[in-house]
Amino acid sequence: MADRAEVAPIPASEWGGGAFPFAVGHKKLGMWLFILSDSMTFSALLIGYSYVRVAARSWPMPFRFWPSVVMATIMTLLLLSSSLTMVLAVGAAKRGDRAKTVRYLVLTMACGLGFVVLHLNEWKGLMGEGVRLWANPWGVPLFGATFFTLTGLHMTHVITGVIYLGVIAAGVARQRFTGEDVEVSGLYWHFVDLVWMFIFPLVYLMSVGGK
Amino acid sequence: MEAEQAHGGGNRLYLMVWLSLLSLTAVEVVLAYIQVFSTAGMLTILMFLSLIKAALIMAYFMHLRFEKRSLVLSLIPAVSIVIGLLCVFFPDGIRALELGVWQP
Repeated sequence: MADRAEVAPIPASEWGGGAFPFAVGHKKLGMWLFILSDSMTFSALLIGYSYVRVAARSWPMPFRFWPSVVMATIMTLLLLSSSLTMVLAVGAAKRGDRAKTVRYLVLTMACGLGFVVLHLNEWKGLMGEGVRLWANPWGVPLFGATFFTLTGLHMTHVITGVIYLGVIAAGVARQRFTGEDVEVSGLYWHFVDLVWMFIFPLVYLMSVGGK
Repeated sequence: MEAEQAHGGGNRLYLMVWLSLLSLTAVEVVLAYIQVFSTAGMLTILMFLSLIKAALIMAYFMHLRFEKRSLVLSLIPAVSIVIGLLCVFFPDGIRALELGVWQP
C-alpha cells in the first residue's frame, strides 16, 4: 500500500467544475459580470450622446464655469473621495475591524448623498431655465433627452449604491456580512465612480459656455 | 499587514492613487477653463486623461492589478465592443453632420 504522502493529487480541470478559474468567489464574480453588462449600458448611452452631439449643427453650451463646472468638479471630488473611503472600508473589513469598516462605509454614503444633492440642485437649475426631456429654450430637444437620461441613470446608480452600502454597513455592524461582502459592494461603488470619470468631461467640460 | 497584502495594497498606495486622480481631474478642469485647444483636440486630451483615471480606479481601487489574469482577460470582449461601436458611430456622426441628415 502506497504511503499517503506519495500519492499525487488528481489535477482538477479549471473549467470542469470544482475549481475557481478566476480565483474569486461567486459573489465577486457575479458582481464583475454585472459590471461588465452595466458598462455596456453606459457605453451605449455615452456613445449615443456623442453621436447626436457630433451630428448636430448646433449644440447648447449651458454650463458656465461658475457655478456649473465648479459644482460638477466638487461632485467629482466627492465621488473620488468616496472611492478612497470605500477602499479603506474594504481594508478594515479584511482586517476584521468592524467599527472602522462601518465608519468608512458611512463616510462613503455621506459623500454619495452629497453628490446626489448637488446633482439634483443642478437639475433644478436647468429645469428652471426651461430644459425638459423633450424641449429646451435652445431648440435642441435631444440635449435634454440625452443629458437627463445619462445623468439620471448614473444618479440612480449612486442612490442605489448608497442604499446598498447602508445595508452592508448595517450587516457588518450586526456581524452578518463578511469582508467579501464589503469588497463586492466596493466593486459596485468604484464602478459608479468610474462611469462619472467619462460623464464629467464629455457632458460638462466639453460644454463650457463661458466663465 | 498580512490583511493588507491579501487585499492587494496598503493605505499609502490608495492615498497616492486618490491624489493622482485628483491631480488628473484638476488638469481637466484647468484645460476646460483656459480653452486653448480645438474641440477635437480637447476631446482627445480629455478622453486620454479619463482612460488613465479609469485604469487607475480599476487597477487599484477595484484590485484588478492583484487578480488572476483570467479575470482581467474577461474584460477584453466588453472593451473591444465599446471601441468597435465608437469606430462605427463617430464617423457616422460626422457623415450625418456633413449631409445635414439631422437638424435640431
